[in-house]
Amino acid sequence: MTAAGDAARALLDVEGVDKSFPGVRALHGMRLDLRHGEVLALVGENGAGKSTLMKLLSGIHTADSGTFRLNGAPYHPTSPRHALELGISIIHQEFNLVPDLTVAQNIYIGREPRRARLLLDDRRLRADAAELLDRLHLPLDPRAVVGELTVAHQQMVEIAKALSYRPRVLIMDEPTAALNDAEVATLHELIRRFVRPDTGVIYISHRMAEIKRIADRVTVIRDGEYVATREVAGAETPEIIALMVGRAIRSGARPEGVREGREVVLDVQGLSTKALLTDVSFDLRRGEILGFAGLMGAGRTEVARALVGADPSRAGRITLRGKEVRIGNPADAARLGIGYLSEDRKRFGLLLEQDVKANVALSALRDRFTRAGFVRDGALRAQAERVAGTLRIKTPSVHQTAKHLSGGNQQKVVIAKWLVKDCDILIFDEPTRGIDVGAKEEIYQLLNQLAAQGKSIIMISSELPEILRLSHRVVVMSEGRVTRVLEAGEATQENIMHYATLRPDENPADAAELGLPAGEEKAGRP
Amino acid sequence: MTVLKSEADRRRPWWEGVTLAALRSRLQQLLAFASLIVIYTFFAFASPYFFTYDNFISILYSTVVIGTLAVGTTFVIISAGIDLSIGTGMALCAVMSGVFIVNAGLPPALGVPLTVLFGGFMGLVNGINVAVLRVPPFIATLAMMLVAEGLALVVSDSTPIYFNDVSGYTGISTGHLVPGLDIPNAVLVLLAVSALSGLLLTKTVLGRYTYSIGSNEEATALSGVNVRRWKIAIYAFAGLFIGLAGVLISARLGSAQPATGMGYELQAIAAVVIGGTSLSGGKGSIVGTLIGALIISVLNNGLQIMSIPQEWQNVILGCVILVAVYADRVRRGEP
Repeated sequence: MTAAGDAARALLDVEGVDKSFPGVRALHGMRLDLRHGEVLALVGENGAGKSTLMKLLSGIHTADSGTFRLNGAPYHPTSPRHALELGISIIHQEFNLVPDLTVAQNIYIGREPRRARLLLDDRRLRADAAELLDRLHLPLDPRAVVGELTVAHQQMVEIAKALSYRPRVLIMDEPTAALNDAEVATLHELIRRFVRPDTGVIYISHRMAEIKRIADRVTVIRDGEYVATREVAGAETPEIIALMVGRAIRSGARPEGVREGREVVLDVQGLSTKALLTDVSFDLRRGEILGFAGLMGAGRTEVARALVGADPSRAGRITLRGKEVRIGNPADAARLGIGYLSEDRKRFGLLLEQDVKANVALSALRDRFTRAGFVRDGALRAQAERVAGTLRIKTPSVHQTAKHLSGGNQQKVVIAKWLVKDCDILIFDEPTRGIDVGAKEEIYQLLNQLAAQGKSIIMISSELPEILRLSHRVVVMSEGRVTRVLEAGEATQENIMHYATLRPDENPADAAELGLPAGEEKAGRP
Repeated sequence: MTVLKSEADRRRPWWEGVTLAALRSRLQQLLAFASLIVIYTFFAFASPYFFTYDNFISILYSTVVIGTLAVGTTFVIISAGIDLSIGTGMALCAVMSGVFIVNAGLPPALGVPLTVLFGGFMGLVNGINVAVLRVPPFIATLAMMLVAEGLALVVSDSTPIYFNDVSGYTGISTGHLVPGLDIPNAVLVLLAVSALSGLLLTKTVLGRYTYSIGSNEEATALSGVNVRRWKIAIYAFAGLFIGLAGVLISARLGSAQPATGMGYELQAIAAVVIGGTSLSGGKGSIVGTLIGALIISVLNNGLQIMSIPQEWQNVILGCVILVAVYADRVRRGEP
């Protein structure tokens, strides 16, 4: 895949770049070279300087010093628009799409084809978009409204938009954070098609397995500085992770298995919603981590939301510690000691503009931190400081605004909120999404500790290694139904993928006999 | 718990509580206050009649109605809502005060609380429309604005109700509770409810949830807060101020004027916004709102003293709102 002849002259060359913000040195002597025709993975913990580097490359910020060369020529973008014109397209982790517009309108936003200068030419817009999507082999309808698409398809729109500028360099920031394995495979296929001898891709990711599959080389950065670049073929994952975090990470042992004999804390029977869920039943034991695996859209988040009353359910019986309960809204759930930690922390978990202590105290405010309606600020602050210490939340103080914390620390703040509420049942939805490797490890240890303390945990995750490593049992879902509950002993990556791709109307037993290869069924999505 | 706190305090270096956010919010209020001083000083030099004790009192007095409405609305706006019904609602409450006290002959000691509660009831209806029926706040309170405007005319038969025969009613606004200080009671009422509101906003559950809902309503709901109930509470609470403003304005005028409410809501919202409260919710303070209301009063008063026509006063006020909100954005370092 690498074009050896061009290796001497890099496609994109970054040398000695410094960038400081008031009070923070974001980058120091940063360098990077992208060769012609290669996929270069860029890895580093959150806060390592990846986003700053991206912002310099996309013309949002200007470097204090250092040189950028694109194909040998000096590269100094003055705006994102300019960067696109010069040949660098960036797909940010958080999409820049207008949900109410169609796929075609989103792709050509800001440069819509016109007639007589003023009139929009919708027909040409659709035709151009259809042609582009066809050329990229993307199964999207140009007329579909973006807000109604799945995350995976929204990302395809972003990719189509980026590639419509015919860039030399495509930069993707955490492109697979919200994708399941089949979707990742489709994405990688796209990337391989894009890479030609005169183009290159910078691929930012936390997932080592993916990097091994798609990248030629990997560049590691840490604390705003360049650390090393390795050929992917010769690099071992632990080595890369060690370079990234500056220390070796001890990978934890698998859980010892089912907690048989432990009391059932929560029993859910026949949970159904109007939209998706059909007859979902499972139980949760004391001190157990119950993994929920499945493809995107299988209904795992919906189970959590219906369970805590965030969405209405059509049918279902919930028994909590032997007593049947009705949960009409999240306030009921919280009162019963069930806390839900959403996959979308910023939207559903945090008060971004408020400080750490306000976030930590939100759930338990009335039970624990008030006297006659007045907030006991001293007690609240002391508790926030204590829990921040226990969870090792990295923050200058509990007065820090939540939006200034890193993803891992934001997640810990949300966890702290429910610990302070003293919930017995915690539902984690994608607990480590967008969190760097070091912080991930801490979250894992935390989950294990909580389970050991007798808390019962439901963990929804799209990362199978995470599911396998932590879960005592795994509930596998597909298209709104539970297709199988696997004991720790029988849960394997292949096994889970098999049940996750099962169509619920198939007889699970029959399908199991066939031994369908994992992930195949969903590979070619419509 | 107390032991832990003191330990934490001992470990804490002196500068740790002084966060950037705290500094900035302090600075922000200081700057609104500074602009108030600048405007005040400007008029003091521009006109010899401006900088007198009597005029100072008169400015405070003219702040009362807008200030009272603005303080209540601050809660609604911090929760990322809006209340357009406060102006005509105030006129309706003034009329209701007349109905209770003049027409029905209730003593003011009963009629005044009833009027305040009536305002709270209007707020409650707003809250139910917003939180339960999920009508967008702008629409729900726009509807209430029209309903109140019409009802005020219907109930009063489109004629003012005079409180001439009710002894002590006008004293609620015009009297002087503190002898020798020459400050009208209405000003004292505004100061008292502002202090109370400030306390409620910063020290109680109601205030905490007001900020939380304004910051992120969905996250607050998922945290187990009964957002629906608290939103109703916020609107109902703000409604009490509509009732109070109705009492204060009718006591000041000695009559309930059914057609005078329209326009007050925008002035009150302007005061809140000038005071640094964000219309998108989650940020704001009572002190800021009071400063905002004072800025409007000082401008109106000063421009009037300088004999600038009413029409131009509005032009200038409009520009001040723009400058204030823009300056606020710049201060926050927002793009």
